[in-house]
Amino acid sequence: MERSEEYIKNERKQEWRVELQKLTKAKDRMAVERVEMTEMAPEERIKSQRVEVNIGLTKKQAMLEATRCMDCVNPTCMEGCPVSINIPKFIKNIERGNILEAASVLKETSALPAVCGRVCPQEVQCEQKCFYVQKLNLPSVAIGHLERFAADFERESGVISVPELAESNGVKVAVIGSGPSGLSFAGDMAKSGYDVTVFEALHEIGGVLKYGIPEFRLPNAVVDVEIENLRRMGVKFITNYIVGQTASLDDLRAEGYKAFYVGSGAGLPRFMNIPGENSNGIMSSNEYLTRVNLMGADSEESDTPILRGKNVVVVGGGNTAMDSVRTAKRLGAERAIIVYRRSEEEMPARAEEVHHAKQEGIEFLTLTNPIEYIADEKSRVKQIKVQKMELGEPDASGRRRPIPMEGSEYTIDATVVVVAVGVSPNPLIPNSVEGLEVSKWGTIEVVKDKMQSSIPEVFAGGDIVRGGATVILAMGDGRKAAKNMNIYLQEKYLSNKVEH
Amino acid sequence: MNKIVEKENFSEKVVKIVVEAPLIAKARKPGNFVIVRVGEKGERIPLTIAGADIAKGTITIIVQKMGVSSTKLCNLEVGEYVTDLVGPLGKPTEIHKVGTVLCCGGGVGVAPLLPIVEGYKKAGNRVITVIAARSKDLLILEDEMRKHSDELIVMTDDGSHGRKGLVTEGMEEVIKREKVDECITIGPAIMMKFCSLLTKKYEIPTMASLNSIMVDGTGMCGACRVTVDGKTKFTCVDGPEFDAHKIDFDEMMSRLGGYKEEENDKMDHFQN
Repeated sequence: MERSEEYIKNERKQEWRVELQKLTKAKDRMAVERVEMTEMAPEERIKSQRVEVNIGLTKKQAMLEATRCMDCVNPTCMEGCPVSINIPKFIKNIERGNILEAASVLKETSALPAVCGRVCPQEVQCEQKCFYVQKLNLPSVAIGHLERFAADFERESGVISVPELAESNGVKVAVIGSGPSGLSFAGDMAKSGYDVTVFEALHEIGGVLKYGIPEFRLPNAVVDVEIENLRRMGVKFITNYIVGQTASLDDLRAEGYKAFYVGSGAGLPRFMNIPGENSNGIMSSNEYLTRVNLMGADSEESDTPILRGKNVVVVGGGNTAMDSVRTAKRLGAERAIIVYRRSEEEMPARAEEVHHAKQEGIEFLTLTNPIEYIADEKSRVKQIKVQKMELGEPDASGRRRPIPMEGSEYTIDATVVVVAVGVSPNPLIPNSVEGLEVSKWGTIEVVKDKMQSSIPEVFAGGDIVRGGATVILAMGDGRKAAKNMNIYLQEKYLSNKVEH
Repeated sequence: MNKIVEKENFSEKVVKIVVEAPLIAKARKPGNFVIVRVGEKGERIPLTIAGADIAKGTITIIVQKMGVSSTKLCNLEVGEYVTDLVGPLGKPTEIHKVGTVLCCGGGVGVAPLLPIVEGYKKAGNRVITVIAARSKDLLILEDEMRKHSDELIVMTDDGSHGRKGLVTEGMEEVIKREKVDECITIGPAIMMKFCSLLTKKYEIPTMASLNSIMVDGTGMCGACRVTVDGKTKFTCVDGPEFDAHKIDFDEMMSRLGGYKEEENDKMDHFQN
């Protein structure tokens, strides 16, 4: 599955590709303007948590956008993709109108193309490495939009291809956690012929794709189709099962599992430890989003309650903060406010999310940091004391460090506060598996590029290793782990020497 | 889906349910809890485990009708299914031989106390148990507690059974009479607060098992945060048991009411 440069170059020389390359002149390709994603009107979409913001491209739009791609001899875009999608090959298939083939190219290396097309930060990955950005100073080819288009087209066509699978080798492997990392791993291992079972602690498969990312950005139905695909590839799923609690790793070994992939995620929300933070009405973004996304608390029919407020403040500047504040708006907040300690430039959220949030009337209080919460007589938060910040020298993250401005404190009224300042690794697996080396931050230590932990048959990836990153990086880890676990198992159980 | 194989109505509001869960039955230890969900629109609620039968592959949970979710669970009959059941969760009770242990339970808190009493007894301790309820019909597991304790004191608020008075009165009598090395308390937050104040006075190390609001029960949501010794802890992964003398019970009680209005609305919606 890992393709050599030579392979990619040879594919580019295939007859149909060469014909397409000749069909349109470079000048004409460059003259096409980057496609604009069609969106639901902000005033309409904020009425429901379950209406997707981006509507998607039409086939005509997609085919035109695909002509912009130069089919570069050296496709630098691919370097920016953590799962090494053959980007020119799928885009050129769109250009020639063979959308189903484009979708199957995506599935060669990505277990979740319809998801990635929606949630990847393409502007800092593939699209940033695009020839248009690097050499022409023009907007990149809309790789993300095209990826989504191809995946959606296939799903809606009902003709869903199953990737080619190696012959079953009967070796059982267990995946702990059904988030993007685990799913990506499971897909690759199934392709290599393994008997894969995914264990999930929650009652739904999908991890953060279900409990975290709201449906207005990633509909559950889209995730479910990708999971169904994995099922068709032979992957088994078990919900309500916490490895380390419901049964130990040793119990699973006794059941014949030969190796494990831990993708249990960054399950532990961080708080700021400021006075009043445990007042009622203040919660983590995990709690807020889980209640709505996983438990459906936005609907009256759901038994799970959710707190609504006229003024809702969300603390943080990442994607989760954007998801939370836009959810608050959809739950009826008159004012939904982001409070972020750095400036907009340093915000880790995807540019598109910030843009959409602004369209929806989200207020941004940047260079502002909460220092205390003030509660009413019933211990419910009523005000947030904040302090203004200014930017100093860059810190370890390379971003300019926010410095408090003395005497700049003031209060904001809010009866619901969502804290979205990051997550720590979930302690359940590190605590329950003896001999597993863990860093001082609680992340599982792995050999980089191999994703192998201190226990040879235990691999790990995603946020449990990274401590809080993106869907696509977690998926990239899953692929790396699958590749290396395959080598490990081939040599140990299948007496096959594998070229490294 | 987990099948209900046995059900007993302890009172109008309190129900004992035995449910199939072979893996949990095998893995659970005293102090653990589970998360239960009833129906596709159901809420995830934490419930303590009152017992398990490894051979039959079942666990016992005792539930009090409080809101929509606990009522839906109590309304399930034998042969019906719990939609989701996951566990065991939380750190188990650290049971060791310490001498004399005073175990105090109130209301449905008596249920999770039972495996702890059994555990302490098995570890070779002298176990004195005080159980309490508002009245006779709300008192549970009296026979089971008597069987596993060296001595059982029963207290009711109205004197309809056992002795009239609060759990703390029964406790203080024991403490004054003999040396108590350790105490554990499980029950309504207000009860645990007063148990804790009492044992603090006598400097008896005391653990309390908390029943905070939770969504996932695995550390993910942080709804269950509680202040212990000035630091924020998560009941689900750091607890559910903590040093009672260090718990901020007032904050804990207010946090239990964090969704009161919304829960009442749900209950109105459910009943009408």
